[in-house]
Amino acid sequence: MATTRQIDCTVNGEPVTATVETRLTLADFLRDQLTLTGTHLGCEHGVCGACTVHVDGAAVRGCLMLAVQVDGSAVRTVEGLSDGDALSPLQQAFRENHALQCGFCTPGVLMSMQSFLDEHTNPTANDVTEALSGNLCRCTGYAAVVAATLQTARDGVEHHDQSPTSGGNGS
Amino acid sequence: MSYFGNRVQRREDPALLTGHGRFIADHQPPGTVHAAFTRSPLAHARIRSVDLSAARAVPGVLAVYTHDDLPGLPKGARLPLHVPNAAITKPHTQAPLADGEVCFAGEAVAVVVAENSYVAEDAAALVAVEYDDLPPVSDIESALNGGHPSHADDADNVAAQLTVGYGDVDTAFAEAAHVVQATLKPHRGGGHAMECRGVLAQPDADGHNLTVRSGTQAPHLVKRSIMDVLGLSGDQVRVIAPPDVGGGFGPKAIVYPEDIIVPALARALGRPVKWIEDRREHFLCTTQERDQIWTVEMALNGDGTLRGLRGTMAHDSGAYLPWGVIMPYISATTTPGPYVLPAYQLHVTCVLTNTVPTTPVRGAGRPQAVFAIERLLDQAADQIGLDRADIRRRNLIPADQMPYEVGLTYRDGSPVIYDSGDYPATLEAGLERAEYTSFAERQRAGRAEGRLLGIGMAFYVEGTGLGPFEGAAVRVQQDGRIVVQTSAAPQGQSHQTVLAQLAADQLGVDIDQVSVVTGDTATMPIGIGTFASRIAVNAGSSVHVAAREVRQKIVDLAAAVLEVDAKDVELADGEVQVAGVPGSGRTFGELARIAQGMPGFSMPGGTAPGLMADSYFSPKRSTYAHGFHVAEIEIDPETGAVDIIHYVVVHDCGKVINPMVVDGQVQGGLAHGVGNALLEVMRYDTSAQPTTTTFADYLLPEAADVPVADVVHLESPTDLNPLGIKGAGEGGTIPAAAAVIAAIENAVAETGVRINHHPVTPAEIHHILHTAAPAEVSA
Repeated sequence: MATTRQIDCTVNGEPVTATVETRLTLADFLRDQLTLTGTHLGCEHGVCGACTVHVDGAAVRGCLMLAVQVDGSAVRTVEGLSDGDALSPLQQAFRENHALQCGFCTPGVLMSMQSFLDEHTNPTANDVTEALSGNLCRCTGYAAVVAATLQTARDGVEHHDQSPTSGGNGS
Repeated sequence: MSYFGNRVQRREDPALLTGHGRFIADHQPPGTVHAAFTRSPLAHARIRSVDLSAARAVPGVLAVYTHDDLPGLPKGARLPLHVPNAAITKPHTQAPLADGEVCFAGEAVAVVVAENSYVAEDAAALVAVEYDDLPPVSDIESALNGGHPSHADDADNVAAQLTVGYGDVDTAFAEAAHVVQATLKPHRGGGHAMECRGVLAQPDADGHNLTVRSGTQAPHLVKRSIMDVLGLSGDQVRVIAPPDVGGGFGPKAIVYPEDIIVPALARALGRPVKWIEDRREHFLCTTQERDQIWTVEMALNGDGTLRGLRGTMAHDSGAYLPWGVIMPYISATTTPGPYVLPAYQLHVTCVLTNTVPTTPVRGAGRPQAVFAIERLLDQAADQIGLDRADIRRRNLIPADQMPYEVGLTYRDGSPVIYDSGDYPATLEAGLERAEYTSFAERQRAGRAEGRLLGIGMAFYVEGTGLGPFEGAAVRVQQDGRIVVQTSAAPQGQSHQTVLAQLAADQLGVDIDQVSVVTGDTATMPIGIGTFASRIAVNAGSSVHVAAREVRQKIVDLAAAVLEVDAKDVELADGEVQVAGVPGSGRTFGELARIAQGMPGFSMPGGTAPGLMADSYFSPKRSTYAHGFHVAEIEIDPETGAVDIIHYVVVHDCGKVINPMVVDGQVQGGLAHGVGNALLEVMRYDTSAQPTTTTFADYLLPEAADVPVADVVHLESPTDLNPLGIKGAGEGGTIPAAAAVIAAIENAVAETGVRINHHPVTPAEIHHILHTAAPAEVSA
């Protein structure tokens, strides 16, 4: 009954070729077929944002995309945020600010905030709050997430000012 | 240095931040098959027939079962009533699969097992069930007045009645200078942990034993329930709550049909079976708090001091009573709060409706009671002509009356005795931080600019750290590392960090030398569960006591091995040495090897085998935390939207193990309270159909909705546990709705409208501003 297609994409920089059911969501593909279980499913109707991943640089809901739609694309998941064992600046700031408790929504929050920081070098607290409105968290009350994201932006700007050739704000 | 009291960074974080957490859905042993449930679309019906043939014919389907043919499920099986009470006259609990009658929309009727969840859900949709409609009961009013029962064999919908109180209320009202009366309708939705529920059951090779992983707050309760319902012995069932559970907030503290059915399926099929709840199921089937209706009056003297409080409260139990009457009982015993209330009487009626059962959600019935008394106090202040802060000042229990015996019996069976706290100081600290005295000026200035400002306040006292116990075992391994095992299971409360802090302090080791194993019935024989702000007090004290005992064993063994007196031995950094003689010592690992014994040899110096100890610290009674919230808000007169512009939390949970963690609990708890005040409505229509079953219909607080709590920490330690601590998990939530609604009422004071329900939506505020009348209560 199910029809399948072959897709080619990259996931966290690694080339992936896979045969997928056409109805398979991107999130289930990542979780079940590639065992990248860092991408979480909180509502499966596109509101909570826990499944947020990057496709060709844009933050998208993994539950609202089909796996076949990433054929030819570059996918990045929370597992691809850090470089080896070292936490990324955003991840480190989350830890320092206690921006996670149960940690279930955290992968999606990180991917949303990283995408935001990639495009905004000097945001205000209101900017961050607005950008965070697409992610639901029941534990933290958000304040620490905003603080962590602002701290990352600030540190990125300072880093940028000190070494203009380093090319970035924590992305 | 001591770890206690410091902002120790969480050990949970690195894995969670890099996508390497291990939540229930992430476990996928080889050969796992997936379950999906066919659920009743009707709120109340008899099942006439079930046709499984189409579902069974779907390729990839392994099995389809109902109540009548699921192997291992005894005919007529029901889930256990976790907390029986003599007041319960209709002790209804749910059948793991519906047994002839369905009593809420979403009740499981059949279960499908297939090779993947997509196929299982396809097939579950093909189970053909014929129903005969029965009249549904959708809410408290129709339960009490509608004339038909929510369970076909019952005569009425009253599941339990109880009366709570003390003192002479009749005289209090007869002699009162002032009486205020109100009908209050607080509404709370669900817990809505971001991770839904899930169960994975694995049979061992010979099919005799079963390992069950459940995303639960209470693994031992799940284990006992599986044993009871499926008739298994304790050695056959191991239940593990995964170390990563994506939020609890109460609803994961009971046992659900899936906790029983999935293990039964694994035994029947001899394969690992997994079920992961989706959000729609969570809305339909996971317990909520929903509605209470309070009809109460307050008697006061001419100076605003309290004489008495009396009335009735009706509580929506939903279709079944898994937690008995615990939640309404907590409500009833929370009402007097921080005030000297000489006489109190509340008649509570628990009603059955054809809706999902209600059980505690963060706050557990307390927010409703706080809402009732705090709203009545505001109303009384207005009637008498007192400032709202003043009426509270005149009634707070003075600090010198601690410990204060209220006159009630708490849900743990012990008397309600507030053990410590300076409530007047808490009030003044909150008013000062909120700049309360200058608020009237701010409000006037705002009005002049067309801005509607309001301020509200609410106080609470919360029984925390309920017993009977939560155990811990501490041992030193032969590699020198410390292992802490506890029956407590975390859902984000930082057990890995906080319990390690306590053990490391007692043993004088780096926190990285301590491992914490949580929530596994194979490591701890008995356990209660993570709820009611009880784990720091119970499990924390057990870790503290057990670690201290291990420390003594280390000292005794080292003294025997080093042939010195115990008082000449000192511990430092995982080594034990003769005091003042560097290099004289042994490492913890060396001592642990000695303590493990050598075949045939006696223990050195008659010391006890093993550097290990366990403790089941059992508090004498609950310890009472308290706090005071002040909300300053601004209403947009055009849209009715509420902006919380300053939110003060005065929080006193005794001594604090990790201030970072407590701050996180307060801020997160506040978010939940804001949701209850402004956003969250779990709506059922008149046929008891749930109509808010997505996050587009049921609004959880988003980042922009939640103010940053301006927290004032006060510290009144308790002597009811060796650490001096109280629970901190719910204080952020408990008074928040009361404070925010009071602020809204204050902002629209010119309309004269009293707001005695929540949530209050922008549309309703807009209505109030333009008609000076309250809108129909939607909840």
